[in-house]
Amino acid sequence: MTIVLMTGIQSALNPAGVQAEKIARLWDLFFWVSAVVYVLVMIFLLAALLRRRPEIVPNATSPRVRAAVSIATGLTVLTLFALLTASIFTGRSLSDVPERAIQIGVTGKQWWWHIEYDDTDKSKRITTANEITIPVGMPVTVHLQTSDVIHSFWVPNLHGKRDLIPGRRLTWTFSADRPGVYRGQCAEFCGYQHAKMALWINALPAAEYASWLEASRKSSKIPSTPEERKGQEVFMSSPCPLCHTIGGTEAAGKTGPDLTHFASRRSIGAASVPNRREFLAHWIVDAQHFKPGSLMPSMTLEPGQLEPLVVYLESLR
Amino acid sequence: MIRRQTIDVGALPDHAFGNRSIMWWATMTIIAIEGTVFAMAIASYFYLQGNEETWPPADTPLPGLMWPTVNVIILLASLFPNHKVKTAAEDMNLGQVRLWSVIADTFAVAFVVVRVFEFRELNVSWDSNAYGSVTWTLLGLHSVHLLTDLIDSVVLTVLMFTRHGDEPRRFVDVSENCFYWNFVVLSWLPIYAVLYWTPRLL
Amino acid sequence: MSGTRVIDEASPLTQPSPPRGRGQGEGAGPYSLPGDHGLHRQLEKTWSPATGPLRWFMQIDHHVIGKRFIITAFIWFALGGVLAALMRIQLSRPGNTFLSADLYNQIFTMHGTTMMFLFAVPVMEAVAIYMIPLLVGSRALAFPRLTAFSYYMFLFGGIMLYTAFFLNIGPDAGWFSYVPLASPEFAPGKRVDIWSQLVNFTEISAIAVAIELIVTILKQRTPGMSVNRMPLYVWSMLVTAFMIIFAMPAVMVGSLYLLLDRLVGTHLFNVAEGGDPLLWQHLFWFFGHPEVYIIFIPALGMVSSIITTFCRRPVFGYTAMVLSQVATGFIGFGLWVHHMFTTGLPQSGESFFTAASMMIAIPSGIQIFCWIATIWMGRPVYKPPLMFVLGFVAIFVLGGLSGVMVASIPIDLQVHDTFFVVAHLHYVLIGGAVFPLLGALYYWFPKITGRLMNDRAGHVSFWLIFIGFNLTFFPMHKLGLIGMPRRVYTYLSETGWGQLNLLATIGSVVLALGFLTYFINALVCAKRGEFAGANPWDGPTLEWATDSPPPHYNFIHMPVVSSTEPLWHAPEHAPLVTGLSTTAKEVLITRTFDAEPDHRYTYPAPSAWPFLTALATAGIFLGLLFTPWAFVIGLPIASLMAVGWFWPTTPQKEGDAPQDSATASEAVA
Repeated sequence: MTIVLMTGIQSALNPAGVQAEKIARLWDLFFWVSAVVYVLVMIFLLAALLRRRPEIVPNATSPRVRAAVSIATGLTVLTLFALLTASIFTGRSLSDVPERAIQIGVTGKQWWWHIEYDDTDKSKRITTANEITIPVGMPVTVHLQTSDVIHSFWVPNLHGKRDLIPGRRLTWTFSADRPGVYRGQCAEFCGYQHAKMALWINALPAAEYASWLEASRKSSKIPSTPEERKGQEVFMSSPCPLCHTIGGTEAAGKTGPDLTHFASRRSIGAASVPNRREFLAHWIVDAQHFKPGSLMPSMTLEPGQLEPLVVYLESLR
Repeated sequence: MIRRQTIDVGALPDHAFGNRSIMWWATMTIIAIEGTVFAMAIASYFYLQGNEETWPPADTPLPGLMWPTVNVIILLASLFPNHKVKTAAEDMNLGQVRLWSVIADTFAVAFVVVRVFEFRELNVSWDSNAYGSVTWTLLGLHSVHLLTDLIDSVVLTVLMFTRHGDEPRRFVDVSENCFYWNFVVLSWLPIYAVLYWTPRLL
Repeated sequence: MSGTRVIDEASPLTQPSPPRGRGQGEGAGPYSLPGDHGLHRQLEKTWSPATGPLRWFMQIDHHVIGKRFIITAFIWFALGGVLAALMRIQLSRPGNTFLSADLYNQIFTMHGTTMMFLFAVPVMEAVAIYMIPLLVGSRALAFPRLTAFSYYMFLFGGIMLYTAFFLNIGPDAGWFSYVPLASPEFAPGKRVDIWSQLVNFTEISAIAVAIELIVTILKQRTPGMSVNRMPLYVWSMLVTAFMIIFAMPAVMVGSLYLLLDRLVGTHLFNVAEGGDPLLWQHLFWFFGHPEVYIIFIPALGMVSSIITTFCRRPVFGYTAMVLSQVATGFIGFGLWVHHMFTTGLPQSGESFFTAASMMIAIPSGIQIFCWIATIWMGRPVYKPPLMFVLGFVAIFVLGGLSGVMVASIPIDLQVHDTFFVVAHLHYVLIGGAVFPLLGALYYWFPKITGRLMNDRAGHVSFWLIFIGFNLTFFPMHKLGLIGMPRRVYTYLSETGWGQLNLLATIGSVVLALGFLTYFINALVCAKRGEFAGANPWDGPTLEWATDSPPPHYNFIHMPVVSSTEPLWHAPEHAPLVTGLSTTAKEVLITRTFDAEPDHRYTYPAPSAWPFLTALATAGIFLGLLFTPWAFVIGLPIASLMAVGWFWPTTPQKEGDAPQDSATASEAVA
């Protein structure tokens, strides 16, 4: 997997959805109006400084100057009013939430994102972490909660941010208009590793989304090679199940991210580290190196245990 | 040589009452500050109430009503001796100031004593729930405010019995202290209504 | 910007004053009478500061306290600046390991807390403590012992905070200390308690100074200085003082609640028992938004003072300027929810705050237009104070425009809590407050020290600061828009944020050099600068009518003024006030609106009680870090100190020797 150059994929200036698009257009208006205003003010300031002056009369009041100040004030009021109107209209249009949207639960934790796709049919529920897969063109409503402190859910390519506040469940709706991978990040200081609490949104075309949905609804892959089996044994006999769930096995811990389809995710540690073999091995034995203070402890394993464990985890597509 | 115009202020008095006095202005700013503190606390009370379905929350009894109402009566009654102190101070009548100050202070002491009973009959602890916390905090803020003003008033009363008492500036201080006492009484009324009647009416 | 300096040949601005000693007390200036020399000696004796081995603890003179306050505030500023430099080094490249996450989080908390609580508001108040009595024509600042008390509270608070930081128990939950991150469950230990107490120290200090300023400005103005003749800077401090009175209680209540939750187990912010984290945000920002106007409005007054003197004419549109300041003060209380647009409050309510947040640009805009009009009709003199004011216009207007952007809810939803806001706030705070402050200090430096700062170093420092500032903070607008959140100790290289961050760090080096140049200029010239004389800039307001530095009694005779620019309107014809005592520290109290003489008031001798009371209060605050009983034990002790403070000394003797009255007195018409 090549390193994805992220320039533009965590950017409000590169909208990939209708909400971010509306905001970006509003931004353009504000930007150009501000630029014109600024240049005008500077021009008048420079003119005031550089003009050739007649003999100074200290207390003169000039009706022309008074008129100029009044006109400038009037223009300021009108401009602000116009910007206010544009802002309110954009705000109203953003809050038109479509009736049918995919509902996804997002729970913020220090310092990762717990994701749940709910369904009335329990067997169709999906639990994952730090990565949300959505279909292109369909509105998605995330239900934002937190189990500890205030976080903020922000994927700039798709929409502005919404906070995750204890005791409240806020909803936030967005959609992606083209396929792609978009990065988001927690935007409310939430403690030690706030800087490394990022997430991914995968926007897939409808057909690919359907197959992703189907694959994710399945239970975890049963190990098919001896090494994978050994790895599963290592997993189950280590402290791992205390925190992690792997669907279809006895591992049912709820403190840490769900690992049922771990290998299908692009990163580890809330987008801190790429999900590749060498990083995974290092993460397991020394997560504190990548994300000091995170709740993932550094695991001590016997020689010959780490390799199979990594192979097993990488098999969990 | 051109003679310069001058204004001789040497004959002006060396003290003044009411809003001519800088002590009045200082007292007003303190009233503004304390009033804003109480306003913030009362706003917090209603804000937290808005989060609850019932108030007090389920299983929390109402606060006792008798003692705080007794205190309302004591405080309103204290306005009379307070007024006598103020007019005596503005007349610079030392004897009357001394007499009525002692009487006014007694009312304040009585209020503080009754306040202890008020706390005991809140029927909730500060660490039971947010309702208990904000109730204790609001009552606590008012109590600290009251206690510091009581200490202030007692010290001033003692001062009026010393050789420093018979000075114009002391009479201004006494007058301003009475002005402040009016605020202490007036600020209790809304707090009383919020703490003891909101849970009963809303 | 040198070049055209069209000034009257006779103006002192083109000819430096002949060297004069400091405070030779000749009754220099236009407000003296023949025979004042003896008067000067008597007044100097009466108003002299404390002497003796304990004198440092006993000073109450507003010049002494003002200088201490300014110097202490700039020490905190320097420390806060070092913290900023450390952050810029850490962020200069992705994945940097210069600072650990824990240390970085402490550092940004300390930087914000230092700048907002220990520097910005105190320094503005400090300049006012020194300058306001001079500007209103009074001998003293009201309640001098309270002034001393507020200095000690400010000092002790800062010492507590930095001691904690160096002991590795400094706060680390941000300068805004949101709950529940700052609640006992997620912030164990003393760190957040220290933050809470720092707030209490500084708020008490600020509120005390606000009381002194209000009383001085309303009741101690010289006769003739009706409210419509007050200099615009005096108006700005009056508005600021009232804002402090109404804004600070909110954060005091908030920090009290936080302390109670942490110390005695209340549930004001604990969701599980009915508390609400948003209550903290409302209380904090109800204070927090006016706080930035409390920092900014004094700077507006400073700009007016500088533009008047260095454009050789009064500011255009006095009434509009006053009303704009007052309007800004009022509207400033109606904006706070714009810090909470992402919390899911009802949109109709939020729109009100968008409207108010945009509306406040109108009075600010009016002031900018009036200043440009003043320059247009005046004759600019390009000395460093004016340069800093021009820098202010260029930077603050940009910051104000980015403010209009963040006032818009949809835009704010993208840029809130990103480096865009970091850019905005530094443009309005450094541009809007620090630039005018540096200009004002340069302007009033000769009055305070008796010597002039060096102009060439002044110009160099201005350009370094201006260029360094823009290099540092302009890129941050873009950084925020391309996804960089605030309060992050590092970032991945793949984000592409590295280059702009490196540029910002380089800019910060230039900025630091600029500040260094400015301060070295100040420190060296305080001892070795050219002597200034009473009015080196030919300024129009009363502070320039007395010696540099002023005698401790400020004016040998207060004038009766009849204009906002008394020294530009035949000051030698102004009637003078006589009759105040020479053996007691008497000031003239005048009527609130029209400044008619009303009565005399005597201020006390130097005293150590303010220091002792501040010490006792600090003891209570520090004790509260450990046990609630500190309040029960500490309150009687602090009360005893206060009794000592207020207990009168020997009663005033009647018939103190009045001043010499030269001629028959005549009441002002």
